[in-house]
Amino acid sequence: MVTKIFTKEEWVRALKGAKDDYRIYLPVKHKDFHAFELLSDETAPDFEFQNTRLSPKSLIFPQSERMFEYSLDEKDGEAHIVKETPKDFYPQAVVGIRPCDAHALQLVNVNFDNPQYKDPWWVKRLESTILVGLGCNEPCSTCFCTSVGGGPFSERGLDVILHDLEDVFLVKPITQKGETFINKLGQGRMADDTLSDKAEAKARSSLEKVTSSIPTGKLRDKVVTELFEAPFWEEVAFACINCGTCTYLCPTCWCFDIQDEVLGKEGDRIRNWDSCMSPLFTLEGSGHNPRSEKCQRVRQRFMHKLKYYVDKYEDGVQCSGCGRCVRYCPVNIDIRHVAKLMNDFAQ
Amino acid sequence: MENPYLPYPVRIDEITTETEDKNLKTFKLVFINPEDEEKFSYIPGQFAELSVAGKGEVPIGIASSPTEKGYLKFTINRVGLVTKHLHNMKEGDVMGIRGPLGNSYPWDEMEGKNVVIIGGGFAFTTLRSSIVYMIQPENRKKFKDISVVYGARTPGLLLYRYELDQWEQRDDIKMHITVDGTDDPDWKYNVGFVPTVTEQKITSAENAIALVCGPPIMIKFTQPVLEKLGFPSERIILSLEMRMKCGIGICGRCNIGDQYVCKDGPVFSLAQLKELPNEY
Ligand SMILES: Cc1cc2nc3c(=O)[nH]c(=O)nc-3n(C[C@H](O)[C@H](O)[C@H](O)COP(=O)(O)OP(=O)(O)OC[C@H]3O[C@@H](n4cnc5c(N)ncnc54)[C@H](O)[C@@H]3O)c2cc1C
Ligand code: SF4
Ligand code: SF4
Ligand code: FES
Repeated sequence: MVTKIFTKEEWVRALKGAKDDYRIYLPVKHKDFHAFELLSDETAPDFEFQNTRLSPKSLIFPQSERMFEYSLDEKDGEAHIVKETPKDFYPQAVVGIRPCDAHALQLVNVNFDNPQYKDPWWVKRLESTILVGLGCNEPCSTCFCTSVGGGPFSERGLDVILHDLEDVFLVKPITQKGETFINKLGQGRMADDTLSDKAEAKARSSLEKVTSSIPTGKLRDKVVTELFEAPFWEEVAFACINCGTCTYLCPTCWCFDIQDEVLGKEGDRIRNWDSCMSPLFTLEGSGHNPRSEKCQRVRQRFMHKLKYYVDKYEDGVQCSGCGRCVRYCPVNIDIRHVAKLMNDFAQ
Repeated sequence: MENPYLPYPVRIDEITTETEDKNLKTFKLVFINPEDEEKFSYIPGQFAELSVAGKGEVPIGIASSPTEKGYLKFTINRVGLVTKHLHNMKEGDVMGIRGPLGNSYPWDEMEGKNVVIIGGGFAFTTLRSSIVYMIQPENRKKFKDISVVYGARTPGLLLYRYELDQWEQRDDIKMHITVDGTDDPDWKYNVGFVPTVTEQKITSAENAIALVCGPPIMIKFTQPVLEKLGFPSERIILSLEMRMKCGIGICGRCNIGDQYVCKDGPVFSLAQLKELPNEY
């Protein structure tokens, strides 16, 4: 596959030229954060960020998604029959996704696309998406991707990776899908060895800038019931205010709720992101609630990410080390600390 | 790609009020597209998501047996949003059904064994399915003795009264129907709590497997009785409930440890549950 060089102006121009063939999403600067936005002629993308506040997970798994629709009008011959909402799955490219967030999509994929059931919306949308990663020259102090199977230039889950070399991007295709996309863009020139070497050296040096880590090596061998009953959960959960920020921002959280919504005689069945931090999550009609207490819910979040997932898929933890939950938790509950408690726990 | 969230359309064929408090009704459902019936091939112990357009979905155990062709039966307690609405629906109304979902009772393991069925209250639905299935002539020979302990608070709260009386007449199944109490002078069955009656009537765990469904309190007190009789926890089988949405192990709602009750369950042996966090 051919690695190319684009000046930053060329790169944005080339993307703008391809926006009829692909829906292209790019990071755009807002006051104090970056967010992915659909590219239009007016969009001014900005690649100077550590990470976007929200991962682009919602471009594959929308925060709110219409699943089905139906009529409740008795005059309609098909009243009450639930039908699939038509969707287009137009090819889309997410340009500037960080490697941890692409890794996160891989971690979530095993849930939505499993041997027994396939979630059709997730599968089709992921298939129609090209992930163009932007390697991290300056990882945040809270990033710990390297200890959970990723890295600032990890190519896991990406179709293309960009290396930011000050005034140019080195654009390296990883998959066939990625190469097709780059070819469609036209423009750019072949990368020469000097620039390729420079990109590699930069990637290597950024690896050393990831100074944070979590221990995970002993999680697999812990007895689940013992870890569940461990004495530290009360203390871990003590300050939590159950705001749900951690689950909402997390690129590897996938839980959702299903609700019906009716307007007049038309109705939709919708799914929405949900959070295990809410007491309603497990509240049964009878009033019984296996996780009525905050401590139980905090434990569920960490046990799911660091133990249940590890046991179920035997492919590491359900965390890509993006550090969002660490940065945004209003009471500083830190997964790195909890992972250490869990990993070090001895009965 | 099959959409596992899409319900099959069904029509309510018949609604029977089961209990004197009118809180339980049995719905007989018929597929609107006959070809869907074949796709919905189930075994006792599985459940389905019943879908009411405009209201939502509820997971409900399948109360009919696969040996009963042409329809499905569900017995539904009136609880909240969806089930209250269901109780107000009429014969002929259109709704949806998604499934079959979940594992089932361990039928391979049950073959050649004495089967002890213990049920309490309205959690008798998939046990009814199992009994109807087992006493079908071509299936009956696969099992040794079948004993049933089934209890409710009062006679009027027992489900499937018409069938219970019929099963009492048969000699290939031992019925031990019981109520917590009654002032009915004509009551001809047992009086006493399910765990007590189990202790009196079930005499051996020899080559036996027990299926237990009921309210948590009944399960709590039945368990030691079975253990005292000598049932190893591998042969005590329970069916669990948890709040559910997707029913297919994707929405993340119903886990106990790394198991999803909707997909890996709802049926677990006590031995399996002992290895999972106690959170259900
Ligand atoms: C495997 C399984 C089998 C079941 N079999 C039966 C049965 O045969 N007969 C019967 O009457 N009931 C059964 N239930 C319980 C039944 O699903 C709940 O009573 C029902 O979902 C309550 O819904 P609601 O909308 O009326 O109540 P609300 O409290 O308004 O519930 C709103 C939503 O919460 C969820 N929910 C609430 N309670 C439960 C619960 N206990 N279990 C799962 N989801 C819940 C549902 O998604 C429901 O749509 C079963 C539950 C499970 C998990
Ligand atoms: S962000 Fe912090 S306070 Fe909020 S729910 Fe998560 S752990 Fe609790
Ligand atoms: S758990 Fe925290 S650090 Fe890990 S992926 Fe989720 S938000 Fe990022
Ligand atoms: S109900 Fe969705 S995972 Fe079980």
